[in-house]
Amino acid sequence: MSFLSYIWRNEKSREIIVQIFVLLCIGWFLSWLISNVDANFKALGKDISFEFLFIPAGYDINQYLIDYNNRDSHLRAGIVGLLNTGLVAVFGIILATVLGISLGIIRLSKNWLASKIAYWYIEFTRNVPILLHILLWHGIIINTLPHPRKALNLGDVTFLSNRGFYIPKPLTENGIELVYLFLVIAIIFSVLFFKYAKKKQDLTGIQYPVFWINFSVLILLPLIAFFISGMPISLEIPALKGFNFRGGMHMSPELAALTFALGIYTAAFIAEIVRAGILAVDKGQREAAESIGLKPSKVMKLVILPQARRVIIPPLTSQYLNLTKNSSLAIAIGYMDLVATLGGISLNQTGREMETMVIVMLIYLSVSLSISAFMNWYNNKVKLVGR
Amino acid sequence: MKTKILLAAATAGVMFAGSVLASTLDDVRARGKLNCIINTGLAGFAAPDDKGKWTGFDVDFCRAVAAATLGDADKVNYTTATGKTRFTKLAAGEGEILSRNTTWTFSRDVDLSQTFVGVSYYDGQGFMVPKALGVKSAKGLDGASVCIQTGTTTELNLAEFFAGNGMKYNPVPIETNAEAQELYKAGRCDVYTTDASGLYATMSSFDNPADHMVLPEIVSKEPLGPVVRHGDDQWADIVAWTLKAMMAGEELGITSANVKSLAGKDNKNKEINRLLGKDPLQGISKLGLSADWAVNIIGQVGNYEEVFEKNLGMSTPLKIARGMNQLYRDGGLFYIPPIK
Repeated sequence: MSFLSYIWRNEKSREIIVQIFVLLCIGWFLSWLISNVDANFKALGKDISFEFLFIPAGYDINQYLIDYNNRDSHLRAGIVGLLNTGLVAVFGIILATVLGISLGIIRLSKNWLASKIAYWYIEFTRNVPILLHILLWHGIIINTLPHPRKALNLGDVTFLSNRGFYIPKPLTENGIELVYLFLVIAIIFSVLFFKYAKKKQDLTGIQYPVFWINFSVLILLPLIAFFISGMPISLEIPALKGFNFRGGMHMSPELAALTFALGIYTAAFIAEIVRAGILAVDKGQREAAESIGLKPSKVMKLVILPQARRVIIPPLTSQYLNLTKNSSLAIAIGYMDLVATLGGISLNQTGREMETMVIVMLIYLSVSLSISAFMNWYNNKVKLVGR
Repeated sequence: MKTKILLAAATAGVMFAGSVLASTLDDVRARGKLNCIINTGLAGFAAPDDKGKWTGFDVDFCRAVAAATLGDADKVNYTTATGKTRFTKLAAGEGEILSRNTTWTFSRDVDLSQTFVGVSYYDGQGFMVPKALGVKSAKGLDGASVCIQTGTTTELNLAEFFAGNGMKYNPVPIETNAEAQELYKAGRCDVYTTDASGLYATMSSFDNPADHMVLPEIVSKEPLGPVVRHGDDQWADIVAWTLKAMMAGEELGITSANVKSLAGKDNKNKEINRLLGKDPLQGISKLGLSADWAVNIIGQVGNYEEVFEKNLGMSTPLKIARGMNQLYRDGGLFYIPPIK
């Protein structure tokens, strides 16, 4: 008895007992949930099976980054959908980051008008639900842009219509290898020169215009190769044929609307994060930087942003995750992402709700965890090193 | 934090704990109302009228089952479902009947453990285009953008039709009929495809129906009918015979107007007597229904012809001809087993 009461009175062992008890409760509850699902499935005469993944999907998808036709399996249809999710997430993240950082900096500008415009943009955008942004952009594109037969013609090579945007597609021909080779050489040179210039500056304080030199090399070298090898790149110009444009590269109104909506919406949050990060840097840092004669742009780039980055990155990660997860709202406008293919049409054709939803959830989970892991790695790299 | 997790898990658990063992008829009688799953909105089949009351062909079928089982056609709760959610809702017990222009296919009947009790409407997938497009046949649609309502058999038919004719197309998948209409009207698609009945329903709701046309090709067989859950044969029989009673009503000349007087007298045609409960119909008590079940159905809702003409026929904006949806003696496909 005294032993038991000793265990209970001892803070450490008591904590462990309570934790074991809670863990058992959760475990029991989970097993009850699973057995309940199992029993209900049995009562309905259903079983859990993933064989449907390997039968032909039977439906078509309007945008595919890997080859796909309706004889391919549900699994492949799901992968096509996942890549479409990935595509819109990447486009959205790029747009949101560029726009968000610019807005965050403008918001802090001493220029009253610029600062106010950024302020109203942020307040308006982030207080309207994302679904409305998506529907709005889609509505704007399909209702204001003309029909393909009357498409807006930009120099006979690019066309804007309510069926999407068409731009020329570069096609490579024989001799392109030389251009690739020169491009690789240019990249190697740029990296080496960057390192050399940094070392030189560390040692002597002499600064080279690294950006402009590297930029010119990266453009000029492949260009020279392009002309030497007889211009081995031709453009496939989109042309109106029948009902729609054929050829060229095509961005559907759904992809465009989603990219704009996700990018613009998330940019408002990123702007606030950037602003918070910049304000978190002690103002003495700015004064010190200015006092040694750095230009305002250099102050921002060399002193403020590197310190603000530590504060910005964790919440920025969660915005990237939000954007990726929000892309599942694509279903509202008929963009064929993961939810619309595997979690939509495949679900309906096969009737496997539980299986498809579990797969879709696991995929979103692993995508989110990967982004999170990458951003954590980056965060560890830039965080303040304690000495 | 831990209580939060437990609460969330408990809610999830309740969602799964949907199955019940009592018979469906007992459930409906105990509740005093029939739960019926219908379309989110399709003119003529299931759409709210100006007073917010659901009307339409599929809605009237729900009412007929309520009349047969509860004696009152108005005792129905309606639950709407999209093409995607309908089978899940039925399986989860949100309704006793799925009456939502649902195509009877092998895999839906067998693999999804549901029971299709009959065909209430023979349909087929068609194409609607603006007349200004200048297309006269679906074979001329190579390269077109096609709006499809997702979660249906439509996607598969479409893929097979275009592949079979060596044509390309650009599918634009849409969740509900209302959104699909908007995209079609805005010119996002050249063509809208769904079951022909749905096309007529959609067209009737346009400002200028005359500017659009349904192409002559019908590319699929779409037998539409009510669906119930697998495993309760009594309930499946009730729903199946409710449909047959409506058709038998048409065949025997029983209408909502004359059903009361026919039920009150001894008719020469003994089948009328048996259907209306004047003569005993063996087995009706096994079905758990009262003798006046068919009187309630036809009296409160009408026979098949009345329901069709009221919701879909030539006097409505949809102007759908009976076509295949007639009795066999009139050249249609409805052949009702004898009521004896």
